[in-house]
Amino acid sequence: MTRYYVTFLLGGLLGQVMTTQAQQTFTPYEQQLPGTTVSFKMVPIKGGTFTLGSPDNEKGRNKDEGPAKKVTVGDFWMGATEVTFDEYDVYADAEKDKTPTPDGMTRPSPPYIDLTLGMGKGGGYPANSMSQYGALMYCKWLYAKTGVFYRLPTAAEWEYACRAGSSTPYPYGADESQLKKYAWYQANSEDKYHKVGQLQPNAWGLYDMLGNVAEWTLDQYDENGVAAVAATDPWTAPTSKMPRVIKGGNYKDAAPALRSAARLKSDPIWNRRDPQIPKSSWWNADAPFIGFRIVRPAKQPTPEEAQKFFEEVVDKYKGAR
Amino acid sequence: MESEQQKFHDKGRRDFVKQTSMLAGGLLAMPILSKANYFSGSSDVIKVALIGCGGRGTGAATQALSTKENVQLVAMADAFPDRLKESYDNIKEALGDKASRVNVPEKNKFTGFDAYKQAIALADVVILTTPPGFRPIHFEEAIRQNKHVFMEKPVATDPAGIKRVLDAAALAKSKKLNVVVGLQRRYQNSYRELYKRAQDGMIGDILSMQVWWNQGALWVKPRKPEYTEMEYQMRNWYYFNWLCGDHIVEQHIHNIDVGNWFKNATPVTAGGMGGRAVRTGKEFGEIFDHHFVEYRYADGIVMNSQCRHWKDAPSKVDEEIVGTKGRIYCDKAQIVDHKGKVLYQFDKTKENNPYQTEHDELFAAIAKGQYKFADAQRGAEATLSAIIGRLATYSGQIINWDTALNSGLNLQPQRYAFDAPPPIVPDASGNYAYAKPGTTKYFS
Repeated sequence: MTRYYVTFLLGGLLGQVMTTQAQQTFTPYEQQLPGTTVSFKMVPIKGGTFTLGSPDNEKGRNKDEGPAKKVTVGDFWMGATEVTFDEYDVYADAEKDKTPTPDGMTRPSPPYIDLTLGMGKGGGYPANSMSQYGALMYCKWLYAKTGVFYRLPTAAEWEYACRAGSSTPYPYGADESQLKKYAWYQANSEDKYHKVGQLQPNAWGLYDMLGNVAEWTLDQYDENGVAAVAATDPWTAPTSKMPRVIKGGNYKDAAPALRSAARLKSDPIWNRRDPQIPKSSWWNADAPFIGFRIVRPAKQPTPEEAQKFFEEVVDKYKGAR
Repeated sequence: MESEQQKFHDKGRRDFVKQTSMLAGGLLAMPILSKANYFSGSSDVIKVALIGCGGRGTGAATQALSTKENVQLVAMADAFPDRLKESYDNIKEALGDKASRVNVPEKNKFTGFDAYKQAIALADVVILTTPPGFRPIHFEEAIRQNKHVFMEKPVATDPAGIKRVLDAAALAKSKKLNVVVGLQRRYQNSYRELYKRAQDGMIGDILSMQVWWNQGALWVKPRKPEYTEMEYQMRNWYYFNWLCGDHIVEQHIHNIDVGNWFKNATPVTAGGMGGRAVRTGKEFGEIFDHHFVEYRYADGIVMNSQCRHWKDAPSKVDEEIVGTKGRIYCDKAQIVDHKGKVLYQFDKTKENNPYQTEHDELFAAIAKGQYKFADAQRGAEATLSAIIGRLATYSGQIINWDTALNSGLNLQPQRYAFDAPPPIVPDASGNYAYAKPGTTKYFS
């Protein structure tokens, strides 16, 4: 993909301007999965300008969080919680999907072992262990099912929504001891993820942004950090199947990994125990700590733009993890 | 056995020293010659044949070719040409810059039920990864042809197969052929460390063991009109006992083997219950979706074993060994005393990839001309442990180890061919008969 084309895609998919044509009013809403009783909540996130990354003196900071940079992101809705297995399984489990699969859509192959590892599945637990490809394919399926374009957040959108106006290490401030109110992590998780939405949300009504399962973003990981990103709607588009950027920390992590600016890079070791070749494109056999949440850009792409996105960003990198 | 191996090592070293000094007298020593005759080639290339080209076989071949030794894949065999081709392409892709190690000309790709014989003939080491029902005949043939073996678990699906593997295992030992069985927990750092500490007495004497393989659903391949019944079953081998042995044998064997390992024994009886609670469709053949087995060892110690394929119930794959002084949580890689105080915690950053380690250690031994691995007997014992569990849950009876082993029970078809009838066939509506505890009989 050329630079030019990436820019073109960005223009279409990460748009800042609300259009009026058949768009939903920019308010919270609940999306039903057709043919089921399952639904999920979307929260409007008004775009704006913020400082991406962390200052040099932030405690626990890694080099790839800087140099911090002022960037602007457009309006989008974001899932109030991480995607749950109740939702994901309507895609992954044919028996739970009462409406036909859209043309040409494949469902995830069953994982080598049940990757919830006894931590819980139905009833509000976060979907976990999927590859980034598995997360994006869910978005593609969701688009085909609902007609609404959903995708993973860019790392910048994710961080903007997480910070909810803050510039402190955590959305509520700097005090690590307060983290237990907002996040499942090493200190309170008992080494497992928990049902979504049980702790306090951030100032913009988003639950479990920190801790619980870490969340896939749409970005290729760049070890030079955030220095090279664009000032408007920054996105490091994919150039290879890995590594990709994960945000938010997880239930096994200590506090510093949960900071808003912290970035994690995906690692092949997360699928080491898959003993088959080809390795599953859909699952990471050793990463029960990864999940995702989705966004809906306020300016929806045209069907052609959406199709290009799925071809160039998803299908081209089948098995991205 | 320890001392026998030691003698062999000493002999190996003596030969090495003798040969090297002999060579040094003439040319500069070429260390590769020290292992001449241990594998067939005149160079240092170790030739591998893959028998069974599914996902796991492809993985195992890739691991064999990823070792430090000069390993080449020279032959492949599978019942199905499409599986073989996919596997060949996937191995090359997975190997990346080592793809030149795949050296399988078209004439060395063999398909059909008898393909294994020709492929085995071309290799020094054979990888046996077909559905387990074929393992006994393949293992027998590999040992008959003097080959080292990596074979996946389980090693059979019925007691008659176990007998054949045990006989071939004894022959392998007498021929000093290395055999590794893919019970990979035996090659995993955390388990090895836990076992060492259990042997050193950290948990005292074992009082009981609990082992689990509880997970969700597996794959099913849809029936196609052109399939014979034999082809359908071969492609859906997981759901037919002559091929798979049921999931207690095919998967749960790992955890049962850990119990046997830590106990340094095999069970004498099995009793239990099981059935088809949720997975009842005809596409699931004849196997159960859950088993709960009470294994009893000679000293009365019990191992409780549970396994299930229940889609939306919580999963658990683990082992817990309870002793007089403490207990081991295998998955956590932790030993605690009875008050919960942690006595030992394995540092999980030191964990290895045991699937790779199996091959690293096997090929290192072969390259050095060492005889180090004789896993076949314990592989057979672990498999039989799982089989008596299945016989117990199917029949509802207490199954005795010796009775089962000597029963001659044989699930295999009369003839292996795509037009041959498999040992179980569906009724008019496509359903397969399955065991009814209390009614199903195994031994008269």
